[in-house]
Amino acid sequence: MHQVLCKALIGALWMLVLMPLAAVAEGPMPHQYSNIFDPVSVTGHQIKDISWFVIGICALIFLITQGILLWCILKFRARPGDDGRDPPQIYGSTPVEVAWTIVPMIIVVVLFLATARTIAEIQIEEPPEEALVVDVVGHRWWWEFKYPEYGITTANELHIPTSTPENWRPTFLRLLSQDVIHSFWVPRLGGKSDVVPNKENWLWYDTPTAGMYLGQCAEYCGTQHAHMLLRVYVHTPDEFAVWVADQQKADVEDPKVAAGRELFQKTACINCHTLGGTVANGTYGPDLSHFMSRKTLGAGVALNTPENLRAWIEDPQALKPGCRMPNMKLTELEVDHIVDYLLTLQ
Amino acid sequence: MSTSTQPTAAMDVPPEHEEWILPSKGKVGMACLILTESTFFAIFVVAHLFYLGKSLTGPFADVLNTPIIASICLLSSSLTVVMATRALARGKLIPFELWMLATIALGGVFLGATGIEWWGLIYHEGLTIYSNLLGTTFYSLVGFHALHVTIGLSMLAFVLILCLLGHVREEHAERVEILSWYWHFVDAVWIVVFTVVYVIR
Amino acid sequence: MTVMDGPIGTASETAPVSRWVTVHDWATTTDHKKLGVMYIGAALFFFGFGGLEASLMRIQLAFPDLQFLAPETFNRMMTMHGTTMVFLVGMPMLFGSANYLIPLQIGCRDLAFPRLNSMGFWLFFLGGCLLYFSFLGGDGLYGAGTAPDVGWFAYAPLTGKAFSRGNSTDYWILGIMVSGLGSTMTALNLVTTILCSRCRGMTFSKLPVFTWIMLVDFVLVLVALTPLTAAQFMLLFDRFLGSHFFDTQAGGSAVLWQHFFWIFGHPEVYILILPAFAWASEIIPVFSRKVIFGYSMMVYATLSIGFISLGVWAHHMFTVGLSPSANTFFAASTMLIAVPTGLKIFNWLATMWGGKIRFELPMLFSTAFLCQFVIAGLTGIMLSVVPFDWQLSDSYFVVAHFHYVLIGGLLFMFFAAVYYWYPKVTGRMLSRKIGHLHFWIFLVGFNLTFGPMHGSGILGMPRRIYTYDAGRGWDIFNLMASIGVAVQAIGILFFVWNLYWSARNGEEAGDDPWDAWTLEWTTTSPPPAYNFEELPVVHSRRPLWDRKHPEDPDWKYE
Repeated sequence: MHQVLCKALIGALWMLVLMPLAAVAEGPMPHQYSNIFDPVSVTGHQIKDISWFVIGICALIFLITQGILLWCILKFRARPGDDGRDPPQIYGSTPVEVAWTIVPMIIVVVLFLATARTIAEIQIEEPPEEALVVDVVGHRWWWEFKYPEYGITTANELHIPTSTPENWRPTFLRLLSQDVIHSFWVPRLGGKSDVVPNKENWLWYDTPTAGMYLGQCAEYCGTQHAHMLLRVYVHTPDEFAVWVADQQKADVEDPKVAAGRELFQKTACINCHTLGGTVANGTYGPDLSHFMSRKTLGAGVALNTPENLRAWIEDPQALKPGCRMPNMKLTELEVDHIVDYLLTLQ
Repeated sequence: MSTSTQPTAAMDVPPEHEEWILPSKGKVGMACLILTESTFFAIFVVAHLFYLGKSLTGPFADVLNTPIIASICLLSSSLTVVMATRALARGKLIPFELWMLATIALGGVFLGATGIEWWGLIYHEGLTIYSNLLGTTFYSLVGFHALHVTIGLSMLAFVLILCLLGHVREEHAERVEILSWYWHFVDAVWIVVFTVVYVIR
Repeated sequence: MTVMDGPIGTASETAPVSRWVTVHDWATTTDHKKLGVMYIGAALFFFGFGGLEASLMRIQLAFPDLQFLAPETFNRMMTMHGTTMVFLVGMPMLFGSANYLIPLQIGCRDLAFPRLNSMGFWLFFLGGCLLYFSFLGGDGLYGAGTAPDVGWFAYAPLTGKAFSRGNSTDYWILGIMVSGLGSTMTALNLVTTILCSRCRGMTFSKLPVFTWIMLVDFVLVLVALTPLTAAQFMLLFDRFLGSHFFDTQAGGSAVLWQHFFWIFGHPEVYILILPAFAWASEIIPVFSRKVIFGYSMMVYATLSIGFISLGVWAHHMFTVGLSPSANTFFAASTMLIAVPTGLKIFNWLATMWGGKIRFELPMLFSTAFLCQFVIAGLTGIMLSVVPFDWQLSDSYFVVAHFHYVLIGGLLFMFFAAVYYWYPKVTGRMLSRKIGHLHFWIFLVGFNLTFGPMHGSGILGMPRRIYTYDAGRGWDIFNLMASIGVAVQAIGILFFVWNLYWSARNGEEAGDDPWDAWTLEWTTTSPPPAYNFEELPVVHSRRPLWDRKHPEDPDWKYE
């Protein structure tokens, strides 16, 4: 009993210390290890293969050099009581020096050839016909995704189809930036590519395995660089078709939330946001069509629950200080209306 | 631990060098300065070449008039400064002062011509440092060069004044030569800038 | 009353010297030894700030979702930490040590241009102060003032007027520009000294390895620093004159800044690490009791490294979208530079082989260097494999890599150098007991902080984020890293205590406490203002070995 009480007390003390320091957002974020050595895409595997190759070579070099070092430490230390005379002075040895220049050069050549080949395999900048092309636009601090083939625009959560040898449909991302340099990185799907203003970069994923994969911006882009998260949902072709159809549907006009819809269209919301079926066509902030189909808000800063949504609308700066959405200073009632309205955007 | 640092018995030594000649500090120092300034200019030259033809708007390269006279003046000033250095090395102070004056005058003409060129470009053609990419790279590259010409002219004028006040003698010829290296460097940079800005366009 | 020479050999007068006269003496000195010490002092001074900035960051990152630092403050700490450590700690370490040692090693009395030397120091220091003044701008110390928050490489267009309002970026530009001017002057001075002031008999093939490596280092400084100055002028013009160098709206290129920055930035990191090689090449032979193995190859390798380092810069840009041929070329050049670097490791190991190694403190630090720098080099090779870099770039793996280079390599060798040359500078030995505490504690702390960062990088943690979510697998690595900082801090405290305590209480060193072989050990500790009573004449690379072994001098074997 005594022990349990002690543990409880210590636990409570920890909570007391840590809770004020913990984030405002509620609910646990997804647990997923974005391990580059656990890839699911073709390019991810190619990278993993060459990575293990170079790690193997490096491990060998490490063992050899450190083995020699250890040997020197053990065998060639000055023993107490030795005569204090200096050992034979060896000025050099041409054969040895030539050998340890040539062997590393050979290793470098082999490594270089492997690298050159893998670069050629991965760095493709012309999408093939079968590919799904998605335009990715990096903003401070959120991601915009446009599907020209389907006329869909969404944000922060990328939905793509699987691509198997039988049903080959890789996704080619055309990367653009609205402002500064960002970097698109989903470790389990492959390497990263920077997103550079006035420059078009390409990244492609050929993923046979469905699932959800986490990533985030990897190039420092200002205050909220840490909260420019990415989720990639890889669907089977059927599921993907369903998702596309859902996104293409017009938003239902529910008369119960007319107040909220009107408020949304009358206030400054429409200056920044686009919402299908309304007059809102602002491009400064994310497109909110089918907003509730997304699992997170604020580019991953919080889960998309009604409580978090409410907190966000009340004061975005509390959840993501420095982000571009100002506190709109709405009344309680106004917040209620807007939240109710947004919750209907399935 | 510390052993005697004085040689014990007659130390076995190899045959001595007859002469121990080291390079001149001034020359090596000036060479280092020229090296570092060269990479400075190289970056501006690269920027200019990189942005050739990429301006989205504004006055294009056809508004630039090739400054032939000014270039001839500047490049001739390299010859006059060589003559000045030689005159000083022979102890002939009056010719030295005259050649220095010629060098400064020619450099001054170059600067004046640059000023007139810029006046025309800014007020008549609308090419400014903020107008477009061409303006950006043109003014910074030509401007930094002109800055270096100004510094060189100031140093030459300073030496001329010192000479007129009677402080310069034959033994200072090497120092003036080192200064002339800086002047030759400035001219060499002009050859590159001229080619890149007015010839390649 | 006789007056003792001060701890580092101030000019002795026959009357007691007032404190203000000493301050004036130091403030106006052109003596390379005093300036050398001042450079090291300034490096340690700024090291304290850089360490504080790092500590604040690591507290914020110890647990997920902490709110110890606001994001703006964290970003300022992140930028200032990098900028301070590279420009205000690394650079003065190398200039200070070269300033002090080179005239002594080549047998002359001072640098080629003593007054320029002084100007170089004070410009460097002024630049540092200007940079730190930024903390007092804006809102003042609350929220870290208007300190730069754009990262130490200040990528465009983040640094443009549009995205960097206020003057934080301007402090970054001007502070470094002024400091860089001082560095360029000192590099010019030292190159001229090495070429023009060598004592009789010291041809280039008889230069000590330290001096050779520093010569290459300073030529690199001359070539690589001005590109940064040029780029900074361009950025300044963009911000104040409306020019368009990096203005993507007007057709400018954001990548151009990266090219210019890294054309400076890559040689810069070689500029920072070459002194570690230079110190190692002096210390390892002396404590192994053997001449350095393969002097000629060491020199050629250094020259190759210097030369090749000018052609590898875009390996910092593998993710920016360069063409496959550009990526392939830079992969090749980066892999190539590993060869001469590895060669040096083998030469040092071969020097130790067959020796009678004394594990005094300089050698302990050098041994740690030989392990940690190899780790750093090997992770560098991994990063040169472009596709692997596409995963690892901008992650904590890179952070781990370069800290293993700069702390595991440079800082450890700096400590080795301090323990080795402090007796020469002050006339007293550093305490062995305190030194061991310093070494072992710092060794543990350093590896505890940066080892785990390889792990968080592999698990996808990007750089420069002020917080992270739980459940990504990064928690334990970050916690370990933060605990390691506390351990490192204790180690550093022991170091600083050692410097202070030993100045008064250390064992008297004499001229040559380590039984070494280069010219600085032939004069008193500390050396007189004029360095040598008579300028030496040398016949080999180890003049003092020749004097101690007149029957078996080096010149017969070189």
